[in-house]
Parts: sequence; structure tokens; C-alpha cells
Amino acid sequence: MSTTTAADNRRKAPRGERVADWADGRLGIYSLAKTNMRKIFPDHWSFMLGEVALYSFIIIILTGVYLTLFFVPSMSEVEYHGSYVPMHGIRMSEAYASTLDISFDVRGGLLIRQIHHWAALVFLAAMFVHMMRVFFTGAFRKPREVNWLFGFLLFVLGMFTGFTGYSLPDDLLSGTGVRFMEGAILSVPVVGTYLSMFLFGGEFPGHDVIPRFFSIHVLLLPGIMLGLLVAHLILVFYHKHTQFPGAGKTNKNVVGMPLLPVYMAKAGGFFFLVFGVIAALSALFTINPIWALGPYRADQVSTGAQPDWYMGFSEGLIRAMPGWEVVLPGGYTLALGVFVPLMVFPLVLAAIAVYPFIESWVTGDKREHHILDRPRNHPVRTGIGAAWISWYLVMLIGGGNDLFAIHFHLSINAVTWFVRIAFFVVPVLVFIATKRICLGLQRRDRDKVLHGRESGIIKRLPHGEFVEVHEPLSQEQLHTLTQHEQRKPLEAGPEVDENGVKRKVPRVQKLRAKLSRGFYGENTQIPKATPEEFKEISSGHGHH
Amino acid sequence: MSQTGSNKDVSEEHLPSARATEHDGTVEAAGNPFADPGLPPHEHRVQDIDERAAKRSERTVALLFTVSMLATVAFIASYVIFPIDKIIYVFPVGHVSALNFSLGLTLGVALFCIGAGAVHWARTLMSDVEVADERHPIEAEPEVKAKVMADFRQGAAESAIGRRKLIRNTMFGALAMVPLSGVVLLRDLGPLPEDKLRHTLWEKGKLLVNQNTNEPLRPEDVVVGSLTFAKPEGLEDDAHDFQSEIAKAALMIVRIQPEDIKDKRELDWSHEGIVAFSKICTHVGCPVSLYEQQTHHVLCPCHQSTFDLTDGARVIFGPAGHALPQLRIGVNKDGYLEALGDFTEPVGPSFWERG
Repeated sequence: MSTTTAADNRRKAPRGERVADWADGRLGIYSLAKTNMRKIFPDHWSFMLGEVALYSFIIIILTGVYLTLFFVPSMSEVEYHGSYVPMHGIRMSEAYASTLDISFDVRGGLLIRQIHHWAALVFLAAMFVHMMRVFFTGAFRKPREVNWLFGFLLFVLGMFTGFTGYSLPDDLLSGTGVRFMEGAILSVPVVGTYLSMFLFGGEFPGHDVIPRFFSIHVLLLPGIMLGLLVAHLILVFYHKHTQFPGAGKTNKNVVGMPLLPVYMAKAGGFFFLVFGVIAALSALFTINPIWALGPYRADQVSTGAQPDWYMGFSEGLIRAMPGWEVVLPGGYTLALGVFVPLMVFPLVLAAIAVYPFIESWVTGDKREHHILDRPRNHPVRTGIGAAWISWYLVMLIGGGNDLFAIHFHLSINAVTWFVRIAFFVVPVLVFIATKRICLGLQRRDRDKVLHGRESGIIKRLPHGEFVEVHEPLSQEQLHTLTQHEQRKPLEAGPEVDENGVKRKVPRVQKLRAKLSRGFYGENTQIPKATPEEFKEISSGHGHH
Repeated sequence: MSQTGSNKDVSEEHLPSARATEHDGTVEAAGNPFADPGLPPHEHRVQDIDERAAKRSERTVALLFTVSMLATVAFIASYVIFPIDKIIYVFPVGHVSALNFSLGLTLGVALFCIGAGAVHWARTLMSDVEVADERHPIEAEPEVKAKVMADFRQGAAESAIGRRKLIRNTMFGALAMVPLSGVVLLRDLGPLPEDKLRHTLWEKGKLLVNQNTNEPLRPEDVVVGSLTFAKPEGLEDDAHDFQSEIAKAALMIVRIQPEDIKDKRELDWSHEGIVAFSKICTHVGCPVSLYEQQTHHVLCPCHQSTFDLTDGARVIFGPAGHALPQLRIGVNKDGYLEALGDFTEPVGPSFWERG
């Protein structure tokens, strides 16, 4: 009997279900779907920045695979006889010639090249802004520190994948970038010349660097990035997404809409939006027109040579650094003018990467945090982030010092000197200004909570006084503006113990207490409104 | 959007009067005035209560998907219709490839409309009721942790790795050493530097060949105010190692009135005011090529290092660390400019062994 009913059931089950059953028996998909199919994702516009990065990465892979079908990563010299008439008879590497072919002989090849390059720029920009979103809202706090590092590594690897990628066409501009890299490598003390010989397979430029960059660009770096990306996404699922404070949102829940159907449609649809916009950009705005630049020749250069934007800050470092060079006893040269920028470059990036660990050490906070901070409620962190961005922008200006000089009719020397000074001064000023703005916003929040929202309605009182009517806030708003925690600085412990004997406080403890005072001590926060203050004002003399 | 439909489509419970009592945000004086009021009640969209609005959304979504299909057809049509070399003028982007322009825009529209349709569908027709999911701490319960630690200790004890130190130490040794094979394999990535960066193709008697005309230069070819690029005689553009050789040997020649030359050695190494310097910037190796006739300054367009050619090409601005090397030149018996030897110092960027 039971066998027939089972057979009946099997016949009745729709085809999709039978396929799912088959897969479940082998892959266990039902248990996976049980927790994830209706997984809740909170909604906020800033949460889509990471999605832009993810989707542009997918676009880059799709278009990149297409490009490998036509690109020839070879530095063998050929004479060009393709469709682009102005280059006829000119000697060039096969890499450059095949890039011309992709642009002029493969139908749609130019479009795919343009989409690939545009998507790369968008990818890096989206990762950068996404990283800043995570930074300013404190989304990097426990349990997400490791995922912050994964994201940071993706950003750094993305920069190098971009650099190796735009070097591949072997055009005059990108070859100049590779030469710059060679000069930077040569400046490394002791082993610089060896590293250069090994990378280029001999003297610059040799015949090996393009094929080597090709395997780094299409295999090594994207492979690592794909792994990191998957790990990044698994952790996002595992930790569940952070959410902004608000009514009904706690550290123990996640409020939003389910993956199926809302986020399937929204996030899936968003992939097509990003792809569509990048495709339209590629149709409308030409990027990296290598046919206008000409093939690379080691003795030629064009003016206004610029790297892609994400490499601009390293360009700024190398342009602003004074040309210090020391010849050590024994006949060894220390090219500080190049080596110092080469070392500052990773330090700039590391400065932002290590911040979450410094903050967690300074706060001594071991709890999980799933409710995001409003940036104003963390003035020191927000100030540090803004200072870092300003530092980055100063270097970016330095990287384009010739363009600034030309477009704003300034002396190149003046722009360079501005960058040299601003490198040290601007972050400090930005830190101070940002912190003050945060404190001002905290004061405004406090006023809003205690006195209500300025309604813009002016009322005339019987005795002639004019007052503005303040509307009390809803409980949701009151909760949102007061839910944050205000920390107290850590203490290093008393200098003397209970017996009056001088106690030895470890230096690390002292430093930690000092940093903690800097983060949460005096002048770092405005006391938020307390329920008592609120009750007194709202019950007592009415509000205006 | 503005039309909400007549009242008969709207069920009673959705009317504002019925909903106002659900949650009016009043604060009980006794409790904490800042307490979390909990999730606000769901606010209905027009599509939730008005079927006509929902139908309109449905039509909008279907229209977007249809436009996408049409755009894909247009993409294929463009691929077939436009020859690859056809250039058209499109305001305001200018002259563009007709094929690239039409393929990109049709692909863009086809993709964008799928996305816009899906997002519009999600925003207007799928349920927008916010739901709360629980979170659980990431770290394990103490019992779980205790079990894992016990398992680990048992496993470690059974392996005896702690007790049999000889096994442990030799294993670490073997694992540490085996990657060395991989490092050794990298040795043939390139040759050793030796003195490769110290020498160029220049040597005594080599003629200075004009890069543009491919003819040997005579002193009278170089006039005051002109900038000439030269390569060593015998280095042809189609030579196998042309790029690597020109990367070191590229030469920049100018003529300066001898009385304007401030540096004594520069004057000695010149011929009638004709001086030859390495074209490769001593900063990171870009070809220096912007020449200011009046001051005889040259500027590297990459990082703006500026060199004074009247004063031994010393650095007067920018990030370069030392002067451009000068090539000693003279005139041979046939009246052509020739090198009187190689550069006496390495050209291009500084490196550790440079001295």
C-alpha cells in the first residue's frame, strides 16, 4: 500500500520539486535554503555600495574572459597592417597590435574593452566608498573585523589588478607607468637591481614583462580576489547585515525584508542596472584610447601622463617627495626620493586597515555590535576617517599637479609645495574641523530631543513676545536620537595602591588610557539628553 | 501616481481614520520617554490597497521587460547593419564609431530595463512588510567550546605530537624547508644585474644618429634653441633588443652659447656649445623631453623634475636625486658628431650599487 502512495506522490510532485529533491539528496540544499531563502536584509541606500563593487567585479570577469580570446600577451615586434590607417607600417608589440585589432577589427571588441576598463574604475571607486561607509558607521566592529580585512585586501589587490591590466596594451602611457614601477623597484636598498632583473627578465623593458603581467592579471590576482570575495560574502551572510538604529531595531534582531522575493528582485535587478549604466557609459565616453597614444617606446613620452585614479595617490607621493639621495660610505646609493614614497604608499593604506583593531583595543569593548553608529556620535573616529580621506585627496592632487597647474593657471612649483605642506597640515585641520562639526551635530540632536523640532511657525504671545513653535518629536525619533551609548575613557588604574605605595602601571596601560581619554575624554562628546531632563522640560514650563 | 482610486476599492481597515489608533506615538509619562516603541505599523502603498494602481505597476514592469527585449533585437540589428569603420556625429559626444555607440546604448538599455523592471516590481508589488529576524551570538556556547577543546586535546594526545618531540621538530623542519624549492625555481626569472646598468651602447667613435631622420648629425645640424634626440650609430629600430638599448642610450642634444655654460666640465665635454645629455630622467626613468629654449631648462613630463642644461644638468626642482649624465662628444675627421666614450656614470634611476 505504502509503495503505491509514494509512487502517487512522486507522480504528483511538480517537475521543479522533483529536481529540487534530486539536488537535495546529493547537496543538502533544503537545509541551506531553510536558513537563507527568507533571510532578512535591512534596507538603506548606503548598503548598495558594496553591491556596486560586487557587480562591477562580475562584469570585469565576464568582459575580461572575452578579451583574452583576442588579446595576444606578447612583446614580439610586428609591423602593423590592420584597419587603423594612421598606424600603418608602425612597429609595435603584438600586445599593442592585438589591442588595436580588438578596437578596430573585432565587432563589439571596442565596447567590451571599454566596459572592462570602465567597470574597473567603478569597481575600485565602489570599494573605496563602501569601505568609507563601513568605517564611518563603525560596521567594522566585532564580529566583523576579519571581514573588514578581507574587504581591505580586495581593495589593495584590486589596485594591482588594475595596474597590471592597464599596462597590458603596451601603449606609450601604460609603458611609462611600468617604467615608473621599474624606477621605484630599483630604489629598494640592496636587492633593488635584482628584483628589477627578475621581474623584467633582464633589463627594462625586455620581452617578458607583458606576458608575466598577463598571468598575474588574469590568473593570480583575480583568483585570490575571487576567493576573498566568496569569503567576504559568506561572512556577510553568517554575521547577518548591520542595521541603522531606529524603532524596533535592536542589537539582537535584524529588521528588513526577505531575500526571496524582495532582495532577489532588488539585488538581482541592481546587477542589471549597474551593467546597463556601465555599458551606456562605455558607448558615450571613450576611455583609454590607446590608438591615440601610440605604441610604447622607452625613449618617448607624452605630457599629462596620469595613472588610473586609484593609483593617483601613489603618483602624488612620488611627485611631492624632495629628491633626496644619499651616497653611503662604500659607494652605495640610497635613493630616498623614490624609496620613501614607495614605503609610505603601503603605510597610507595600512593606516586605515589597522584602525578597527586600534579602536577595539582603546575601548576594551568585547561585545558584538550590529547597530550602526551615526558618525556624529563618534567624533574622534569620524575625524580620523575624514582626515585620512583628506590625506588621500591631497596626494591625489599631488599626482595631478601638472593638470592642476595647467587648468588653474598655477605654477607647478607652487602646487608641488602646497602638496608637500598640505600632506602634514591638512589632515590635522580636517580632523579638528570634523570633530567640531560632529560635536555641533550632537548639540543639535540634544536640543531637538529636549525642545522638539523647529517648526518654522512664529507665534505671537499676548504680551507681544514672538516665539517659534517647537514640535515635540515622536517616540521613534526620540529613541533614534538617544539610543547610542556614550563611553567613558578607560583608566590606567591609580598611581598608588591602597597602602599608599607607588604602583607600577605598565607603559602600555598608560598609553591605552591616554588614547582612551583622547577618544572618549573631555571635549569628545556632548552629554546626550537624559529622560530626567526631558521629563522636567516637557512637564514644567512648556517648550519653546 | 497621484491617482489613488475611488473609495470603494479601499477596504475600511486601510483608511487613515482606522489606522490612526494603531500607533500614535504618545509617551506614557511614567515610563522611559526614550524607550524603543517597537516596529512602526506597516504603511500600505497605493498598490497594496488599489488594484488599479497595482495593475499599472504590473504594466510598467512588463513594459520595461519588453523594452529590454526590443533593445536586444536592436543590438543584434546594429551588429549586422553598421560596418565597423563607420564614424558618425552624435551631439554632444562628437564623432564616434557608429557600431560602438549603437551596441553600447542598446546593450545598456537592454540591461538597464531588466534591472529597472525587477526593482520596480520589488518596490511596488512585492510585500514590503518589514520582518524582524533574530540574531544569535557568533561565539559558541561554553558547552560547545568545552567539547571542542576536549576533542582537540584528545586528538592531540592521540597523535602524541607533544610527547614525541623528535617527530614534531623534524616535521616542522621539513615543512619549513620544502618551500625553498619553490624559491630556487624563481632564480631563472632573469639574469643577475652585474654591471648591466652601468653600460650603454655608446663608445668612442660612435656617431650620433638623429632619431627622426636616421642620419648622422653634423654640428651645423644643431642650432641654438633646438632640441635633437639621438641614438648610437648601428642601433636599428627593428633590432631584437632595441627597446632595452634605447632605454639607456637615448640622447638629448642642444646647443648653448659656450659663454652661457656655467659648469666647466660640461664645457670641456661639449663641442662648440653642443652638449649631449642622457634623455632618461634620473628620478624613475621617464624620457625627459620638455625643453625651455630661453633658460635651457628641461622638464620631465612625468614628475616635473627640472634640470638646468647650462649647469651640468643639475636638478633645480622636483623629485630627481641627481643630475642627468653627460656624454662627452667631439667631431670626427669627416665632420660628424661622435661620442668620445660611454657615459661615465649609470644613466636613469638611482639604484643601490650606483655609488
